[in-house]
Amino acid sequence: MASDERHGESDGWRQWLRRASYYAEELYFGRYRSTIARARRDEEDLFMLLVYSEMMGVPNPASYYTMELQPLLLERFHDWHRRMGMERSPLDHFRCC
Amino acid sequence: MSAIFVLLSGLAAMALGYFVYSKFIAERIFQLDPDFRTPAHELEDGVDYVPTNKFILWGHHFTSVAGAAPIIGPAIAVIWGWGPAFAWVILGTIFFAGVHDAGAIWASVRHKARSIGAVTGDVVGPRARALFMIVIFLVLLMVNAVFAVAISGLLVNNPSAVVPAWGAIVVALIIGQMIYRFRINLLAVSIIGVVALYALIGIGPSVPVELPESVLGLPANSQWIILLFLYAAIASLLPVWVLLQPRDYINGLQLFIGLGLVYAAILLSNPSIVAPAFNTDVPAGTPSLIPLLFVTIACGAISGFHGLVSSGTTSKQISNEKDVRFVGYFGAVGEGCLALAAILVTTAGFATLGEWREIYGAFGDGGVNAFVTGGANIVAAGTGLSEAVAVTLLTVMAVLFAGTTMDTGVRLQRYIMQEWGTIYNLPILKNLPFATVLAVGACLALAFGAGGVDGTGGMLLWPLFGTTNQLLAGLTLLVMTVIIVRLGRSMWFTLIPLSFLLFMTTLALLVQLKTFYDAGNWFLFFLDILILVAAVMVLLEAVGVLRKHLRNAAATS
Repeated sequence: MASDERHGESDGWRQWLRRASYYAEELYFGRYRSTIARARRDEEDLFMLLVYSEMMGVPNPASYYTMELQPLLLERFHDWHRRMGMERSPLDHFRCC
Repeated sequence: MSAIFVLLSGLAAMALGYFVYSKFIAERIFQLDPDFRTPAHELEDGVDYVPTNKFILWGHHFTSVAGAAPIIGPAIAVIWGWGPAFAWVILGTIFFAGVHDAGAIWASVRHKARSIGAVTGDVVGPRARALFMIVIFLVLLMVNAVFAVAISGLLVNNPSAVVPAWGAIVVALIIGQMIYRFRINLLAVSIIGVVALYALIGIGPSVPVELPESVLGLPANSQWIILLFLYAAIASLLPVWVLLQPRDYINGLQLFIGLGLVYAAILLSNPSIVAPAFNTDVPAGTPSLIPLLFVTIACGAISGFHGLVSSGTTSKQISNEKDVRFVGYFGAVGEGCLALAAILVTTAGFATLGEWREIYGAFGDGGVNAFVTGGANIVAAGTGLSEAVAVTLLTVMAVLFAGTTMDTGVRLQRYIMQEWGTIYNLPILKNLPFATVLAVGACLALAFGAGGVDGTGGMLLWPLFGTTNQLLAGLTLLVMTVIIVRLGRSMWFTLIPLSFLLFMTTLALLVQLKTFYDAGNWFLFFLDILILVAAVMVLLEAVGVLRKHLRNAAATS
């Protein structure tokens, strides 16, 4: 009985801690969520440009390596070309929509 | 008069305002609807539009709007006695600020969470929108200049605060690294950060730092101002996660701790207010209470700056429209509490009336230094801290408030410059370092231009800053009034504050115009004229658009 109670107590304490952590994290990250997400997206855009540069006629010495990544990034490709202001895929042989 | 009595009656009045008046406004005027699909849900993207718990949102909103302004304004305005400042802060919070802040969020939420400037363009017209941008630019310019001057004064008067105030930046840098690079638990980091900050405050008095009396003919005040802008320029170029984010967080924690400490110290030491309720014997050169009181205390009674925060970020995160009342109105109440604390420590923190009169020897003399001295006396009496540590604590509190506002202000100023570069097709303005240098240069020119090379006269700007801030609030109230008229609801609850504000700010500008003319301060004279033109344009815009809408409403009914 006593150990049950103690167990319950430590659970309550842990739950309190979890809730406090949640509030602290929201307070820390919430206000800058959009700024940081935007910075991350900018980085992503540059990365995508590097990966697909060869296909658009921009020579890329690392194309041997980036080529390998292309199938993995296919799903993100559609979002990227739309963000870049192109409604349709800019590449004839690389269609996603 | 017992400070506790004034404190409790102020809090009771604001509580009444929240529970009764804000309920009435929310239900009858704004008619907040819990079933309305807010932009946070409608446009949810996990980036800008994120439905957020109302307590957390209140925390963000309050810490964004609370800064040094609700401390400095009341600390200057008690020169007319504590009564007028108290009445304006309490009534202003209840009938002006609360309605304005909540209304700005509401108006934005009902317009796809766009900024109040954009909403102005839709509701009032493109001319009002352009006016809005100009007034925002002027407010930011003045806020940066005034705060730099205030911080430099604090650092010169209290050398013990130099190490903790700048050390807080180092603490923030380390916290940012601990969180992002080493992924240490945030609660642990918070505790470490707060302990480190207060440890620095503890050792501050034993390591005072004073700048040389003169470098290249510049006195210590000016050196600090230049250093501060140099820092602000660098800080505004760093990625936000490196400095701004941890700095804001620590500052937010410090805000709650500091405010709690001041209130607790007042309750524990029960000081008497030594300043008169109405000061009939004001120092020579003090301007008349009407209209200057209403522009000296802007934040804490009503502030247009809050509308920018309300509509820019807060409105995108409102999960349920009903939360508008808690987040907006209660945010204003929080700010009112800060202003109330400032009034109490600057009027009850001194042993005798003579001592108080010495501090308030001339208009603008008391200010934030009176807050530090009076506050330190009360905190020392209430908590048993040594006087030197208490002085450092209060100074650091004021410096950090002003400092984070400057960080954000310079960054926003730069955004505006870059936006102008895009609008007017000037590539050089879009250049990051150039835009930053231009933003900082404009603020520096203002800080020095207002009061000569020592920069100490920069506080002359304070009432002008308040005036511009009130104009901004007036524009936001105008937008709200137009929306309310269109909806066919009673407009008096926003129209009366709007008329009062426009009348008082115009009057204050005219009074100050004469003062600057008599003093031969041409720089401020022309700045005053510029703001006066903006004020008259706001007034004309308000009369024109309201007449049009009232005529339309009459025709349709």
